[in-house]
Amino acid sequence: MYVAVKGGERAIDNAHRLLAEERRGDRAVPALSLTQIKEQMTLAVDRVMTEGSLYDRDLAALAIKQARGDLVEAIFLLRAYRTTLPRLAVSEPVDTARMTIRRRVSATFKDLPGGQVLGPTFDYTHRLMDFKLAAEADDDAEPCERGEPRQDETVPRVADLLGEEGLIEPEVPRDGDTAEPGDITREPLEFPADRSTRLQSLARGDEGYLLGLAYSTQRGYGRNHPFAGEIRMGDVAVEIVPEELGFAVEIGDITVTECQMINQFKGSKAAPPQFTRGYGLTFGQGERKAMAMALVDRSLRAEELGEDLTAPAQDAEFVLSHCDNVEASGFVQHLKLPHYVDFQGELVTVRALRREHERKEATDAAE
Amino acid sequence: MQPNDATQAQDTLDGYNFAYLDEQTKRMIRRATLKAVAIPGYQVPFAGREMPLPYGWGTGGIQVTAAVIGPDDTLKVIDQGADDTTNAVSIRRFFARTAGVATTERTTQASLIQTRHRIPEAPLTEDQILVYQVPIPEPLRWMEARESETRKMHALEEYGVMHVKLYEDIAHLGRIATSYDYPVRVNGRYVMAPSPIPKFDNPKMDMMPALQLFGAGREKRIYAVPPYTRVESLDFEDHPFEVQAWDEACALCGATDSYLDEVVIDDAGGRMFVCSDTDHCTQRTASREAAE
Amino acid sequence: MTAIPHASDLRPGFADPVLSGQAVYRAVLKGMSYPGRLQALPATVDAPPPLSPVAAGVLLALADLDAPVWLDPAGLATDDVAGWLRFHCGCPVVEDRATAAFAVLDATSAADLEGFALGTPEYPERSATLIIQVPRLAEGEGHTLTGPGIKGSTRLRAEGLPEGFWRALADNRLLFPQGLDVILAAPEGLACLPRTTIVSE
Ligand SMILES: [Zn+2]
Repeated sequence: MYVAVKGGERAIDNAHRLLAEERRGDRAVPALSLTQIKEQMTLAVDRVMTEGSLYDRDLAALAIKQARGDLVEAIFLLRAYRTTLPRLAVSEPVDTARMTIRRRVSATFKDLPGGQVLGPTFDYTHRLMDFKLAAEADDDAEPCERGEPRQDETVPRVADLLGEEGLIEPEVPRDGDTAEPGDITREPLEFPADRSTRLQSLARGDEGYLLGLAYSTQRGYGRNHPFAGEIRMGDVAVEIVPEELGFAVEIGDITVTECQMINQFKGSKAAPPQFTRGYGLTFGQGERKAMAMALVDRSLRAEELGEDLTAPAQDAEFVLSHCDNVEASGFVQHLKLPHYVDFQGELVTVRALRREHERKEATDAAE
Repeated sequence: MQPNDATQAQDTLDGYNFAYLDEQTKRMIRRATLKAVAIPGYQVPFAGREMPLPYGWGTGGIQVTAAVIGPDDTLKVIDQGADDTTNAVSIRRFFARTAGVATTERTTQASLIQTRHRIPEAPLTEDQILVYQVPIPEPLRWMEARESETRKMHALEEYGVMHVKLYEDIAHLGRIATSYDYPVRVNGRYVMAPSPIPKFDNPKMDMMPALQLFGAGREKRIYAVPPYTRVESLDFEDHPFEVQAWDEACALCGATDSYLDEVVIDDAGGRMFVCSDTDHCTQRTASREAAE
Repeated sequence: MTAIPHASDLRPGFADPVLSGQAVYRAVLKGMSYPGRLQALPATVDAPPPLSPVAAGVLLALADLDAPVWLDPAGLATDDVAGWLRFHCGCPVVEDRATAAFAVLDATSAADLEGFALGTPEYPERSATLIIQVPRLAEGEGHTLTGPGIKGSTRLRAEGLPEGFWRALADNRLLFPQGLDVILAAPEGLACLPRTTIVSE
């Protein structure tokens, strides 16, 4: 006698217990502490904060631990927690010109005010396995020379330097831009989306997805002649204006990476030839993401700048509708869920179509 | 054993609001549902929140249920018609923990039914609300991927492409090949995706006494079919709409009028058919046994 | 309209905002789903007059920061009412009809429905919901209603509404899918007339 499959509840409980066990791994090995993740997996923490849209190193570290190092899963955990948080205030725009710089490179000028600051980068490492790190203790790294952090000093952005000469487009609201930035966590995305909305979507968009799209623009799918005007990473102050005070107060510092791409623009009837901008910003150190974001931001401005729309990376509805890895991961993986009912419907249809096909063949053969 | 009465929830989750969502989010969703009811079949955009369950796994239905549900409700959750599929269990537990509501597997005892891919076989009443989980709310999506375009098409009532698509099937295959998520027209105006229910269930939507709410979390849309509202499956005069039918009866309860799941019983092509609606099947089996 | 009364002078809102808000919403949802049917309000509130307890309950359940409220200048737009709404709902109280998500009117003013947001052809939901305070509602008599949510037809008597209101409502029906949705609030409860409802004598 056939008995329908039952016991979903017990199966789920068991799956959760197995998951917990696998996450912990061999109990003879000490458990990973959040401090260790926070201090030694910093770039993973940075990515989870950026795409999770929440600047909290402790929670990001916890999410990474809980997700067994699956960063997309960790991003999902952080997002789901974020939505339950009260919204206490809206910050003033951060001023990256007043950043306490830890890294700053420009590909457009050999030297410039504030200088080039190489900082902590993989760029010139030879990608050779460092077997010293495999040793139990790796506490004997040579102490490095750190320059005095420049406090309260303004380091002008390259784009601002070009702006003084009128060589680059001013950053002003355009047609369709709303006075206040939108908020994609509080309003559904609508198209056409203004630039603030696009930038928010890109900022929490999947790094790998943006990287691929950005790369496609460099290979001719919507080429836009980019130069890395500047990439800077460091700490910026976050300020709010409390209703009862009426002036800005600093509530803390965050680390951000900012990329300003400079792109050629031939000019139009209305506008003289000048450079245009693409912008990228991430929490923490996220250069790959910030640069990819800046390239995609610029390519999504094609329509506004009167360029031909020919490439996927120029198609705002396509790019923005698919850049969120929490949405994409959920929907791709929902195919694991039962679809017996729909599949049964398809079976009935395909069988009927096949019967019809056979009948037709038989009649044709008989004639 | 089938529980005859609703199960009271235990161990509700501390530290979270009733039914998980904060009150402002609930109000936003509630306002959207009211407009959805007032514009039958029209997809109302809403600021969908990130839920602690993955997108594509019912976050739209869960948000609608969370906004609608109250302590007096009795909740039933089904996936593919069954209460015991893992995702249905997971969602039912979520509300038992966050809202402390009673849950049931009995269609007739539920005041609120969240479903994925089926409408229960038992007729629903005015005292019930059916909440559908919707993956792709836009019925025109397969003909036009762009929301900016489909929105215009709905505004202008330009549904020619849908008929062309269905007619192409007839031209190529001699019949309409859509077997689930079969498009409907609501109250003679909006073309609507009924969610991936089999077309077998489409006629149940027409003039249903219960309110039907649809939630698409990832796509951030809510829509509704009010009670006693015309829901017509699109068709052609020479090719009228028809539903699936089986030569077999349910192997467990003998039903010949329910939607059947096909079960593979051996590796020699053996098949059997059983009701997809597990409560329907259990109730029929129980009443048959009682009669014997 | 700008004076903010002292919190201690204010009448209270719902005793249990979470559960009362849910229960009132369900009454409105049922009302919109079954137009013309009288729904008793499951939670009442001692609102500052002339705002009726039923209208006030609906606003407590549904208005907030993102849903501005417009008050009928003929009587309803008092400092007491506006202050109470701002305090308990946190909603903007607006003077421009076009920006209101909810508008509260006295029955006597209900002939003039011009100027409220009707939505757009592409976004018809961006329209106002009117809450009209009437002295009495009764089922089974009065106007005949048909449309979605109504099995066959039903009847509703709403007292105190001018003839112009019913004409405006007939015009509103022709705008579909755009249009206003109406909640009639009486001492005995509420009844709804969504934009789909067809009213005849
Ligand atoms: Zn059966």
